[in-house]
Amino acid sequence: MIKVSKPGLQTTVQDKGRIGFYEIGMPPSGAMDQYSYTVANLLVGNQPNAAALEITYLGPELLFEKDMRISLTGGSMPPKINGESVPMWETLAVREGDVLSFDFVKSGARVYLAVEGGIDVPVIMNSRSTYTLIGIGGFQGRPLAAGDVLQTGHMKEKDVPVGSKISDADIPAFGKAHEIRVVVGLCSYRLTEESKQSFLQTEWTVTPEANRIGYRHRGERLQFVERKQPFGAGSNPSNVTDLGYPIGSIQVPDGVEPIVLLHDAVTGGGYATIATVISSDLNRMGQIKTNEKVRFVSVSMIEALQARRETQEKLRRIAASL
Amino acid sequence: MNTLYEYGGDEFIFVQLSEEMSLESNFAGMAITRKLKEKQVEGILDICPSNASYMVRFDPDVLDPEVLMNELKEIERTIDPLDVTISSRLVDVPVLFEDPWTHEALMRFRDRHQDPEATDLQYSARINGYANTDDFIEAITRSPFLVSMIGFVPGLPWCFQMVPREKQIEVPKYVRPRTFTPERAFGFGGAFSVIYPVQGAGGYQLYGIAPAPIYQKEQTLPDFKDSMVFPQQGDIFRYRSITRDEYDDIRKQVDEGTFTYQKKAFTFTPGEVLGDLESFSESVMRRLYHD
Repeated sequence: MIKVSKPGLQTTVQDKGRIGFYEIGMPPSGAMDQYSYTVANLLVGNQPNAAALEITYLGPELLFEKDMRISLTGGSMPPKINGESVPMWETLAVREGDVLSFDFVKSGARVYLAVEGGIDVPVIMNSRSTYTLIGIGGFQGRPLAAGDVLQTGHMKEKDVPVGSKISDADIPAFGKAHEIRVVVGLCSYRLTEESKQSFLQTEWTVTPEANRIGYRHRGERLQFVERKQPFGAGSNPSNVTDLGYPIGSIQVPDGVEPIVLLHDAVTGGGYATIATVISSDLNRMGQIKTNEKVRFVSVSMIEALQARRETQEKLRRIAASL
Repeated sequence: MNTLYEYGGDEFIFVQLSEEMSLESNFAGMAITRKLKEKQVEGILDICPSNASYMVRFDPDVLDPEVLMNELKEIERTIDPLDVTISSRLVDVPVLFEDPWTHEALMRFRDRHQDPEATDLQYSARINGYANTDDFIEAITRSPFLVSMIGFVPGLPWCFQMVPREKQIEVPKYVRPRTFTPERAFGFGGAFSVIYPVQGAGGYQLYGIAPAPIYQKEQTLPDFKDSMVFPQQGDIFRYRSITRDEYDDIRKQVDEGTFTYQKKAFTFTPGEVLGDLESFSESVMRRLYHD
């Protein structure tokens, strides 16, 4: 039992996501930084898909009503128990009556709090993730509010001793400028050659419209190849006949402000998508804040798969060490 | 057909069958994705058919992307999209045109519209060459629509009218999307009509509102027993213009949990549809309301 004294800016219950319902328009939701989320569960000995709290920008204040082990991973938002600083990326013990709070975020955007056994909320379509747009999943389909009481579940599979930590090399560092790897493709044939180059050369600035649905970036205006619009597409040169949007895909409505679509994004629509963020860099994307800088780096599918293997190898090593 | 095969990062393959919308390309996508589903390939997480394209999400740790890519090309090469049997439903979908709620919403966003002096319906009627809004509504309600894609948010059906190209309606989307659209609003954008499942943003022209939901989270209505979303790709919807009285009556039935859509099970082949579109549409209307 965990009581929410203050909810923070936006704290939601998330897991690996609601996979397999894309064709009815259901985005996966789930933790934005799957790497940090997975490590958080490992540190408390949970099964891989146990639900955790995703804390955004400003931390909540939580009162623990029983003894349990917890862990905090993700961006750096210095945590305190009863006002005393405690480390992140380490197995911690809390006692009944302990209060967890946070200082202001120092780097990154999202912190994951895993508790022994996981957060227990109803499973909807194989997932406990919150999808706030239509109000399903997680805790009553919404971010936490003051006064909410969370139950812990039974998804612990291993005893991890208090004080266990992961090696410093496996703790990601989040700066204020980011290189995000993408596979260029999808409808990138719609961009002029100059704009394809400029998409990759521009240092983009993340606008205040950056949330679980997507991140908008300000920089250059991109131009589309002139054509007579095909039947059904709509009249703007950035329009295409409505199609599916991969998670991580990037669209540029009207040529201004590229939008990276993230875990709660719409699943389809009528804007040309031009590239897709690779799965291992979606984790980093979720740790970027408003006004930080982003450069998109083009990689091949082979490089994307290599990066994916490296991330998985790291997680396997961490799991084996705990 | 000039098909485009592309990777969407390391987890998606996007296949564009055609740049323009047509019943032919929608049927081709339907045939390919249904075939793929039948094959139950290990490592496929999602198969998402869309209007003139489709998308597959896969787990590259289980399924080699190149192997999947070749499989998709092979299916396209060997399938005859005209000779696929599509199990569908004919559905009567009531719509209250020019209702007070979408009217209020569209008036709030006149500054984002191509023609701030007209309503969305007046503007759309005019640019499609109709003398007045009644004739335009008549054109929308006269012939049925194929549910060509589901998505955006859970349950939103993109619907493409089953009439010859010269009769198809096409309208632009708003210059800048609205930040508000009422739940169940009936809209049109590009060559597609939609019903918005929930309140939210949206860029389609707004003509009316449906009294019955197409998405129901609580799943209390009989039509939603098996799924929170009602429409399925391949369904055929007929939009029927209703009065305010019927609207209120259906709303009451929805609140009481008794509303069900008037619908009939129906199977067809793309060949039948494309062979004679007008007589197919007429047979659909007969079967839905008279048989």
